[in-house]
Amino acid sequence: MEGEGSAMEKNPKISAYYQTRLAHFGVVSSEWLAQAQSATNPIPSSSTNTYPDNESNFSVIDEFNRWRNHPDLAEAVAAIRALAAVISSSKASTMMQLEIELKNASDSLKAWDTTSISLTAASDLFMRYVTRTSALEFEDFHSAKSRLIERADKFGEISYKARKIIAMLSQDFIFDGCTILVHGFSRVVFEVLKLAAHNKKRFRVFCTEGRPDRSGLRLSNELAKLDVPVKLVIDSAVAYTMDEVNMVLVGADGVVESGGIINMMGTYQIALVANSMNKPVYVAAESYKFARHYPLDQKDLAPALRPVDFGVPIPSKVEVECSARDYTPPQYLTLLFTDLGVLTPSVVSDELIQLYL
Amino acid sequence: MDPPRRAPRTIIDPVPKFRQVGFFAPGAPPERSQSGPPDPTHSSPPIPNTSAASLSPVMIPPPRHLSDNLIIHARPSVASPRRAESINVGGSNCDAPVSPAPSSSYSSRFAVGGDRSFFDGKGNNVGKVVASSFPRGGFDLTAMKVNANVVVPASELTTVSVVNDSLGIPEKEKANKGGGSAGEVKDHPNSKQQKPKPTKAERRALQEAQRAAKAAAKGEGNKASGPTTSVNAKPAKAVKPAQKVDNTAVAASEKKGGDCPPEKDRKKDAPQPRMQYDDQSRVEKAKRRSVVKQTEARNRVELFRHLPQYEHGSQLPDLEAKFFDLYPVHPAVYKVGLQYLSGDISGGNDRCIAMLQAFQEAIKDYKVPPEKSLGRDLTAKISSYVSFLIECRPLSISMGNAIRFIKSQIAKLPLTLSESEAKTSLQSDIERFISEKIILANKVIVKHAVTKIRDGDVLLTYGSSLAVEMILLHAHELGKQFRVVIVDSRPKLRGQHLLRRLVEKGLNCTYTHINAVSYIMHEVTRVFLGAASVLSNGTVYSRVGTASVAMVAHASRVPVIVCCEAYKFHERVQLDSICSNELGDPDVISNVPGREDVKYLDGWANIENLQLLNLIYDAMPSDYVSMIVTDYGMVPPTSVPVIVREYGREQVWI
Repeated sequence: MEGEGSAMEKNPKISAYYQTRLAHFGVVSSEWLAQAQSATNPIPSSSTNTYPDNESNFSVIDEFNRWRNHPDLAEAVAAIRALAAVISSSKASTMMQLEIELKNASDSLKAWDTTSISLTAASDLFMRYVTRTSALEFEDFHSAKSRLIERADKFGEISYKARKIIAMLSQDFIFDGCTILVHGFSRVVFEVLKLAAHNKKRFRVFCTEGRPDRSGLRLSNELAKLDVPVKLVIDSAVAYTMDEVNMVLVGADGVVESGGIINMMGTYQIALVANSMNKPVYVAAESYKFARHYPLDQKDLAPALRPVDFGVPIPSKVEVECSARDYTPPQYLTLLFTDLGVLTPSVVSDELIQLYL
Repeated sequence: MDPPRRAPRTIIDPVPKFRQVGFFAPGAPPERSQSGPPDPTHSSPPIPNTSAASLSPVMIPPPRHLSDNLIIHARPSVASPRRAESINVGGSNCDAPVSPAPSSSYSSRFAVGGDRSFFDGKGNNVGKVVASSFPRGGFDLTAMKVNANVVVPASELTTVSVVNDSLGIPEKEKANKGGGSAGEVKDHPNSKQQKPKPTKAERRALQEAQRAAKAAAKGEGNKASGPTTSVNAKPAKAVKPAQKVDNTAVAASEKKGGDCPPEKDRKKDAPQPRMQYDDQSRVEKAKRRSVVKQTEARNRVELFRHLPQYEHGSQLPDLEAKFFDLYPVHPAVYKVGLQYLSGDISGGNDRCIAMLQAFQEAIKDYKVPPEKSLGRDLTAKISSYVSFLIECRPLSISMGNAIRFIKSQIAKLPLTLSESEAKTSLQSDIERFISEKIILANKVIVKHAVTKIRDGDVLLTYGSSLAVEMILLHAHELGKQFRVVIVDSRPKLRGQHLLRRLVEKGLNCTYTHINAVSYIMHEVTRVFLGAASVLSNGTVYSRVGTASVAMVAHASRVPVIVCCEAYKFHERVQLDSICSNELGDPDVISNVPGREDVKYLDGWANIENLQLLNLIYDAMPSDYVSMIVTDYGMVPPTSVPVIVREYGREQVWI
């Protein structure tokens, strides 16, 4: 899978984002997670010095790839780290020049994987921070530069802390004896459940299988280790089990301006079923995932494909729907748990307006 | 609170209503809502609102538009009382040392405000104190016997006292000041009322007589300014927030302007209610004051009686003849007003731009009269122009916002600027408003919206909206393959203009009538609609028929995209299409152009149980709208109040 993965990454249609997630979850385990996380802390400035003369283009993508493969690191954070690396390796001598370089790097990152929303959103956020911070104006260039790098590093912490904050905020919604339906393996959601288990809440989790990623299997593995009662359901059995479920909890790859979310394929379906049975649908997402997209329907997203393996050969004239994600409109979502607080979907646009306008 | 239609007024009649201002002749039986002890020393009829200092919460000044028959009772010994009154008034209350000019605390409060403005050197305020104290909404206060002040400038001492049996609305005094400002009505204290409380019928007769006398006496009645505002403004001060429903800045801003500048800086901010046209007396008053002599339509639909409806086509010749009269209205504004009347200019953006350009001209030719401040006088002038325009055709929300902008710019002019500098600064502000908020905004909207058009789309649009047209043309230029369905409706058939323009540019178009919209909706992929305004709860206010198209689109799960510039957003909330709308000419409904044989509705006006209704706007609930494209980007309908909040502040208008 890994070998194929790298070949497929060259194919623009296959979403690298989802490939990455796949790679992450292929071998993930808690201990490994912990180790990987501790490994992400030190600043990797040494590596960038080995490419002093490369085009920033190259170093950004490579840098990004390097960071991306850390399983615990959100992709957005990897992007920010990569951009920070651009800054530290940049030879610019004025702010304007630096900004231009950053802009190019950010564009190339976005172009490299157009399907990742959090990547785009995070780069935009960082660019915004760079161009907007007035504090940078009256400092000399080097201190401004180091401040930027510092900020970029802090972003990683912010992201990590965001998960903690979200976990804390969601604890009130998990009551004793509740049943939670989870779809896809979101690290944020996992954090939420981990904290709840840690707080000795008694709840049980229904995990959807999450074909074709089989992310549900991974998640159930992890939860079992935490001694949380888990039940695996196949994707088609969601409506069947929805009666016993108290709430649906999903993560998000991106939160769009309308307040809807873009998430792994199947989320829309589950939200529809939950809505028709009056079950709340909660989304746990960090605030840097708020993106300025506004899809009007499912086809309005940039296509992100990922190959589906049915286990048996499919005749060539049979088409396979292999989109990796779908869009859930805001009317099916109840609340968003973010590091800005517990919000309703209509607040997303409010935040975006305040941030970007 | 008084129901918006004010129909119940008649029901309240059985209880005698007086509205007493100040101290009145004693002997009047206590009124029902007497909140305080009637002052026995005053010969006034009972004061429902206790004259004494307690401004009871009940005494809320009535909405301006209800003001009607406040006829100020001029007391014989007017001269002295004037000052005395004011003092008295200031002192608020009750006691009537100035027996002649008792004022209820309430009215005194009102009068205080008013008085200020009235003592500006014009002689006409003699004895005219506005009897404000009319509760605005809640009219539990019976009408006071108010001495409404006849506006007639100067020496009008012979105001009649009239019992105001309507839920007293202070009458606005017009022409208090020369020129265009609406004066405030001053109520004269009723103290003169010696007679024992007359019966209702008698009062009514008296009132009629007085009104006739007033009309006769009132020579040139100040037509310039809008009827209502001033009074309302005042009561607004003393009033509790029992305010009425419709606080639209639209009507408000213009109307208020005309008043005596000194007072209402405050009023500039408070949106004021629009005039409700089902109040006969106010309508009459407005008519007397108006420039454009409109004849009211007969046979009006009951549900919409609160909206103005006039017979179309009757005023143009008259106005054309007046064009060269030396008139308080600037010729450029006059011209624009005529164009509105005749329907030459229609469509929110066009009307707004025409109006702003006319104002630019007017400002250019404006000269500050001696001893007046530019800011205030110019504001008053603008308000008078606005009232004229309202008479020609009620303002749209976009125009209201633009007027508010102009007034705020005038208010912000630093005092140190010379006249010509101020004028050029204003003109450039207006220029900037037009170019940024309208023209540039449309370009930004086009840029955002074309990203939502894909190859193979079938786009539906209704009527003819400038923003939508620009989007379609731009998308076509970009080479996208799509076709357009234009839905049109009588009587205006504006879709035909759009159709012509699109076909000229080579787009594939389908044209159909609104009856067929549900038939054709199944093949449509996106719906693009324009808007006259978007309100704070996400309701889209646009041409009649738009809401139906959106509803059908919603039912077929087709995304509806509304394209609207941000300057048209408003903080008002409207739940239905009835409470505020505009009525067009009903005759166009009965006539089918090109089909002379269809004459079934000829003479409809004579048929008693037949009314024709031609609504201009309708309100589309936010559920039907998927996305709103503005110059601030693509936002969901729930974000409209955010934009109004963030960008409706001062800095936005810069």
